[in-house]
Amino acid sequence: MSLGSIDGAQVGTSNEIQLRGLVKSFRGPDGPIRAVRGVDVRIAAGETVALLGPNGAGKSTTIDMLLGLLVPDEGSVSVFGRPPAQAVAEGAVGGMLQTGELIRDLAVGELVSMMASLYPSPLDVREAISLAGIGEIAGQRTQKLSGGQTQRVRLAIALVSNPQLLVLDEPTVALDVEGRQTFWSTMRAFAARGKTVLFATHYLEEADAYADRAVLMAHGMIVADGPTNEIRATVGTRTIRATLPDVDVEALAALPGVSSAERRGEAMIMHCADSDVAIKALLGAHPDARDIEIAAAGLEQAFLALTGDGDGLGEPAGGAGEASRAKES
Amino acid sequence: MPLLYVRYELLRTLRNRRFFLLSLVIPLVLYFAVASPNRHVRNVDHSGIPFPLYYMVAMATFGTMSAMLSCGGRIAAERAVGWNRQLRITPLSPRAYFRVKVLTGYMMAIISLLALYVSGLSLGVSLGAAEWVKMTALILVGLVPFAALGIMLGHMLTPDSIGPAMGGGISLLALLGGVYFPLGNHGFLHNLAQYIPSYWLVQASHVALGGHPWSTTGWIVMAAWTVVLSGLAARAYRRDTGRV
Repeated sequence: MSLGSIDGAQVGTSNEIQLRGLVKSFRGPDGPIRAVRGVDVRIAAGETVALLGPNGAGKSTTIDMLLGLLVPDEGSVSVFGRPPAQAVAEGAVGGMLQTGELIRDLAVGELVSMMASLYPSPLDVREAISLAGIGEIAGQRTQKLSGGQTQRVRLAIALVSNPQLLVLDEPTVALDVEGRQTFWSTMRAFAARGKTVLFATHYLEEADAYADRAVLMAHGMIVADGPTNEIRATVGTRTIRATLPDVDVEALAALPGVSSAERRGEAMIMHCADSDVAIKALLGAHPDARDIEIAAAGLEQAFLALTGDGDGLGEPAGGAGEASRAKES
Repeated sequence: MPLLYVRYELLRTLRNRRFFLLSLVIPLVLYFAVASPNRHVRNVDHSGIPFPLYYMVAMATFGTMSAMLSCGGRIAAERAVGWNRQLRITPLSPRAYFRVKVLTGYMMAIISLLALYVSGLSLGVSLGAAEWVKMTALILVGLVPFAALGIMLGHMLTPDSIGPAMGGGISLLALLGGVYFPLGNHGFLHNLAQYIPSYWLVQASHVALGGHPWSTTGWIVMAAWTVVLSGLAARAYRRDTGRV
């Protein structure tokens, strides 16, 4: 048998990861919870893709199906032309799951070596340790680490497997700002070796800064899929926050450039279609405004923008702001 | 089976305090405390077995049983921190995972057994080479149902509940098996003990009398416990991994 006998379809799929029509429901107290309701994604080898969405969007369920930890109710998964279980058995997949601590009674370096021993072509353990920046704690027992250190050891374990596909489910949740930066520079170095990386996050900035492409999920479905700069352009809104104790919410919402306003204690939050216009109008009308902050839209606003067109998908994301405004009036 | 992986698993277990306490400290302390004053009793409960031998095997039953069941404690602890999910995305198959767990359980059991043999020798236990081998073989075979029980409990209980469950379970199995005191030749406890796997572990000391320490009933009871507990362990594993 020669390689030439493999038909075209198989050659095509062996270069990419395919999630086709994935559906998954769980039993809940009030009937089934439809966690994932029709997800189709293709990821080419070498791509770095962010799976973006708020909590409960179905990201982890999708990732569990990709890794073979969950069997989809409908649809199929192919990892470089193979079923997930086979790709995992062959050591082609490495991952950092959303929750997880380390087993105890081993030194960090011993644990990384232990995990490396399971893979057919692992990275050198010292290399994985230095990539993850845990050289200083390599001799410490795993039960004596801080949350951030644990997270970096988990990264080292994912890296040492030297996988073709690296999957990270909310990897930076336990990290501080500095830890995040270190983490992502490690990630980038690893992706630069031609690896395929899929990471889930609910930080828009992370997707923006570290992925080639973002897949946005809400309510178990994909609401946008494209290069991160395109997605960012879609979400062009900003937020102005200012301390303004005695101002009517409705008056602020009526300012030019402001699309909605809400009160949080003494602070007012204005969601702006055009923050440049809005800030000038705000300072003109209320020169006593203090502690002014202008921030790019968070993911909530992104989802409002992408899913809030009356199809019901935007409810949870936009609901909080609207409700607090209604209470005030 | 990845040997380096087994080595680290063994290292972890050796560093675990619970293992030292249940499989080494308690059986050794009890052995010297109880068997030493009774070292000249040559006929325990009219069975014809010298006290130091009986109690050596009784304490070995306690220690090895604990060593095997502590597999379950480690499985429960690994499940609680999500480590089993981490392992499921590695090339280590579930089958290999259990093989490693059982193998480390056996290695711990052998350490416990050797420590008690040495203690027994120091109190004058004397057996022929063939008898030592036969007794050891019976104990090792008799630990199989405990390996299955450990795996089952490890998938059913949380690390918080497995401590008390294991302590209680070991005490009960030890009591009903005649670990603490011989159960005599008749009566309710004696009859009940025939169906308890730990009883047959303790009976391994009967090699000293020649013949076969395990009756046909003994073999059938051990086989039945092994089959039933393996089935239940497999079911507990499937239920556990089928969940979110």
